[in-house]
Amino acid sequence: MAAPWASLRLVAPMWNGRIRGIHRLGGAVAPEGNQKKKRTILQLLTNYFYDVEALRDYLLQREMYKVHEKNRFRDKEWIRPDKYGHFSQEFWNFCVVPVEAVDASDCDINYEGLDNLLLLKELQSLSLQRCSHVDDWCLSRLYPLADSLQELSLAGCPRVSERGLACLHHLRNLRRLDISDLPAVSNPGLTQILVEEMLPNCEVVGVDWAEGLKSGPEEQPQDTASPVPA
Amino acid sequence: MIRRVLPHDLGRGLLTRRPGTRRGGFSLDWDGKVSEIKKKIKSILPGRSCDLLQDTSHLPPEHSDVVIVGGGVLGLSVAYWLKKLESRRGAIRVLVVERDHTYSQASTGLSVGGICQQFSLPENIQLSLFSASFLRNINEYLAVVDAPPLDLRFSPSGYLLLASEKDAAAMESNVKVQRQVGAKISLMSPDQLRNKFPWINTEGVALASYGMEDEGWFDPWCLLQGLRRKVQSLGVLFCQGEVTRFVSSSQRMLTTDDKAVVLKRIHKVHVKMDCSLEYQPVECAIVVNAAGAWSAQIAALAGIGEGPPGTLQGTKLPVEPRKRQCKPCPHLSLQQEEPDPANLEVDHDFFQDNVWPHLALRIPAFETLKVQSAWAGYYDYNTFDQNGVVGPHPLVANMYFATGFSGHGLQQAPGVGRAVAEMILKGRFQTIDLSPFLFTRFYLGEKIQENNII
Repeated sequence: MAAPWASLRLVAPMWNGRIRGIHRLGGAVAPEGNQKKKRTILQLLTNYFYDVEALRDYLLQREMYKVHEKNRFRDKEWIRPDKYGHFSQEFWNFCVVPVEAVDASDCDINYEGLDNLLLLKELQSLSLQRCSHVDDWCLSRLYPLADSLQELSLAGCPRVSERGLACLHHLRNLRRLDISDLPAVSNPGLTQILVEEMLPNCEVVGVDWAEGLKSGPEEQPQDTASPVPA
Repeated sequence: MIRRVLPHDLGRGLLTRRPGTRRGGFSLDWDGKVSEIKKKIKSILPGRSCDLLQDTSHLPPEHSDVVIVGGGVLGLSVAYWLKKLESRRGAIRVLVVERDHTYSQASTGLSVGGICQQFSLPENIQLSLFSASFLRNINEYLAVVDAPPLDLRFSPSGYLLLASEKDAAAMESNVKVQRQVGAKISLMSPDQLRNKFPWINTEGVALASYGMEDEGWFDPWCLLQGLRRKVQSLGVLFCQGEVTRFVSSSQRMLTTDDKAVVLKRIHKVHVKMDCSLEYQPVECAIVVNAAGAWSAQIAALAGIGEGPPGTLQGTKLPVEPRKRQCKPCPHLSLQQEEPDPANLEVDHDFFQDNVWPHLALRIPAFETLKVQSAWAGYYDYNTFDQNGVVGPHPLVANMYFATGFSGHGLQQAPGVGRAVAEMILKGRFQTIDLSPFLFTRFYLGEKIQENNII
């Protein structure tokens, strides 16, 4: 539970493996360091035959799965829907486990839908990227999460304006805020400065302050970077 | 041949092009002609005013079911809810009479546009909560086909009220009532206040209440235009004119204790056109008085208050215009020792002498504050208890009030409009019970004092 913040990515890399719900911990459990002779032969065979490689990977995954089953939820793990959009029934076994991160990107969540999220008293990370119904009224509802919320992403929400961002001042523990690509914000550079002033301990990401500046008529346009989507 | 062409072309012409252009050179404007003929036939049919001799299109219609005096946010809200709650489409004919279409002196346009739930009366809190949800879903309520959505520019910033030692208990009980009704208000001690807002000087503050949700300010002009647009699309008629006279009939009746009362019924409303002596008597069933700061004049025209003082007949509508001055950001609306309400001139010295010292004391950063601009507007101030008057008059049976909100009319307009519409259509309040706000309280002397007036 003590993973440093820099290492937590909001959206874990997509994984198309056989076993649901588990990260590919690529390289974490390598068969190196075992018997040298075995490794050589296996390595040799793997290098030459795809089937052997596939077999080795399969055995590796099985070992990892067994390890994981013992340490379920020790690491931060995302619960994802399967290709039909359904969540696994095992989810119900973890009712008492506090939810730490919710990724609601591209969801149609609206003002009333936030009722469900606001009950999560230990929510640390919330992503509302590209939610088309999240507007200023929804942002004014986020204050119950003030004690725990450390990371919030509003990138690409078409209805969020600077007035909604102003009511994020309740979120005192916020450490990372992503406000890139907000079309309804009239002056992104100025808004970034104001939000940074409002939340001094927070890293505000998404807007290059030079975006609002215009180069003079004689100067060559400076190499201002376009806003980097987080 | 034209007959055969017409239905065929109209069917496809609706989707692609006008029938006239199809044939190339078919220059008869069929669509326009047909609608003109229809209009002429309709005007000859019974139930319509006969316009054949004179052009009366600029005058209001001769008959209307409900006449709403005053086209501000309250009047338009009543019109909207009447149309929303009517049992059958087109059942009620509503006419809104507004003296000034530019709304230059109307309280709505000049309002700061704040909405707040921190009142002491549960009815006021309920009204504000409903209005907040109305504003939040305004594009569902006031959607008009092919019109752009409304942008109210709502800032959900919340209202912060500070209380000294002696007012702290009252504030606490108010917050309790507010929370019971459903408002989200947080109470803060001076330390918590300093923590949250380090720029406030908390000297003398014992308790603070801060609205966490559904409080802030929005653009009242946008709401007004949105309501106007929607209400017009629902078929409400507008008329620019002034109500100069009510033609009513009265009846002497005896109460159960054999006291004589005179019951009145308004039959016609005389609407005088702008800058002319021309007037139109509009026959109506119900009159709604939503004239804001000038409601007392309208009430006097109906004969309310003509009688020996102390009787029901002699009870006037205690609403008068009170001037309030506002400065834009930060939004400040200033209470004043009553200035002359004859004009809306801003008294700039007032700010320097009376308001700035308090501001600078509370917020030291404001010591170097300079006023950039200011404007003034009217409160429809209820001198009795600073709360609105809603519902029918006991004696003038068909005059309904929706006025006297003393500064919180804009934020309560959706709720009040619905309440008045329910009263008119169903005879009683259904969603929010505003019976404490009826006119009879002025006669009975029952004040419903609102302690938190902003």
